[in-house]
Amino acid sequence: MNNHIHPIASLLAAIGRGISGVQVRWAGCEPDERQRVYFANHSSHLDFVVLWSALPSEIRAKTRPIAAKDYWERTPLRRYLANNVFHAVFLDRGSSGKTKNPDEPHFVGRHLIDEMADALGTEHSLILFPEGTRGTGEKVGPFRSGLYHLGLRRPDVGLVPAYLENLNRILPKGEFLPVPMLSLLTFGKPLQVEPEEHRDAFLERAREAVASLRRIGSA
Amino acid sequence: MFEALHDAKLDWLYGGVLVLLLISTLIGRVLKSRYKSDPGRTTIDNLNARIRAWWKMCAIFAVAVVSGRIGSLILFGIISFLAMREYMTLVPTRRGDHRTLFWSFFVIMPLQYYLIGVQWYGLFAVMIPVLACVYIPPSIAIAGDTEHFLERASKVQFGIMVCVYSLSHAPALLLLQIPGFEGHDARLLLYLVIVDQMSDVLQYVWGKLVGRRKIAWRVSPNKTWEGFLGGALSATALGTALWWATPFTPLESAGMSLMICILGFNGGLVMSAIKRDIGIKDFGVVIEGHGGILDRIDSLCFAAPIFFHLVRYYFVP
Repeated sequence: MNNHIHPIASLLAAIGRGISGVQVRWAGCEPDERQRVYFANHSSHLDFVVLWSALPSEIRAKTRPIAAKDYWERTPLRRYLANNVFHAVFLDRGSSGKTKNPDEPHFVGRHLIDEMADALGTEHSLILFPEGTRGTGEKVGPFRSGLYHLGLRRPDVGLVPAYLENLNRILPKGEFLPVPMLSLLTFGKPLQVEPEEHRDAFLERAREAVASLRRIGSA
Repeated sequence: MFEALHDAKLDWLYGGVLVLLLISTLIGRVLKSRYKSDPGRTTIDNLNARIRAWWKMCAIFAVAVVSGRIGSLILFGIISFLAMREYMTLVPTRRGDHRTLFWSFFVIMPLQYYLIGVQWYGLFAVMIPVLACVYIPPSIAIAGDTEHFLERASKVQFGIMVCVYSLSHAPALLLLQIPGFEGHDARLLLYLVIVDQMSDVLQYVWGKLVGRRKIAWRVSPNKTWEGFLGGALSATALGTALWWATPFTPLESAGMSLMICILGFNGGLVMSAIKRDIGIKDFGVVIEGHGGILDRIDSLCFAAPIFFHLVRYYFVP
């Protein structure tokens, strides 16, 4: 990808912040240009744009979303935005391959990890929604293993949990018109995969790190 | 549209507000230099943050009102929007309320202000209490979720009544055709806002200075009889002294001001009760030092409609 900042990026970020009225709390770390993987709960189509727009502009310029190919390639506008503004990394959700067990040699998911690691490169950060699909917003669902493998591959990159609150009320699953309520985005303390840590243990720890950042009780 | 510019009495009102802001800024500075490390320091910092916010709010308000009816409508429309946004964010709603909320924000609210703009009084007065009232419950019901149905419908209805309908009566003052007062309605709006907001401020100050007996400690520990009476009476005195800017006699002005103070107090009390019920302190963090927009205008939401109708009943033939 090129590092070119698209002229409408700031405008889109301002719109994202405006619609979501997002209030950002850096509770476990400070904004930093260091390479990171931001991972958050997923309950709305707005999640990515809001998280992206809440980052300071110099960090935002180097932060790429991991995006589902089927969603972002559906219309020409989305494809254009994903390619030219967000510099999205497309993952094909459908290609689960022959086996989902990464310990087996035919684990096709491996190439997804390769793609994410390539996208990180030497200077980029990523935005990832490890639940893989949007939930109802009531609780954080189980995480897919990509985050774990990425953490193993790149131990130098901090994995920053984030909780997006209220976006499921602004634009819930199945609706296409937003209601302009206020939202809250909390960044937590960066995690790493500990030596010898089992995949499921890490994924559960990461999931809890996200869920623990929630401030307002369930709506 | 710029008729307000040539209104000398309006200039006097603005001048008075300016002097008040300058004096309070000065007091804030003096207090800040006098108390360096006392525990009272947080109160003083909070006071100074409030004064800074007042400068900004007064500037925005002055620009809006000077630009005529359209400016006032846009300003109050934005305030309604921000207030309802805070309200709906913190009041629990469910997935089934989504479309109703969308309509409330993007159709009912703009329509209410549009009706004032085109001076359609008849529809302005019934649109939300009558039409929205018969629209909201069925539109929530049609989404098929019956859990807490009555509560949800009531919460949306109450929010739109307070944040949109009630508040819109403040700029609606500009519609009134008072004989001998034509073209000066902006002063009436300013009078309402000054008395209402000064009542809030003075109740806070009196409460901090001499407040002891709590009115409803469970609802708001900061509301005391001393604060309420001191604040309401001094704001009423201020309002009485401003009679020259209104179509009222001094006695009428005293009555109007007292009414604004009492209703404003009620508004604050109701909003405190709602906040206590939800378990939060402020409705938002939009205005520095003030909590949220809704915390600032709760008194106005209760005072504006009654003030509007009293003026309309007694002074518009």
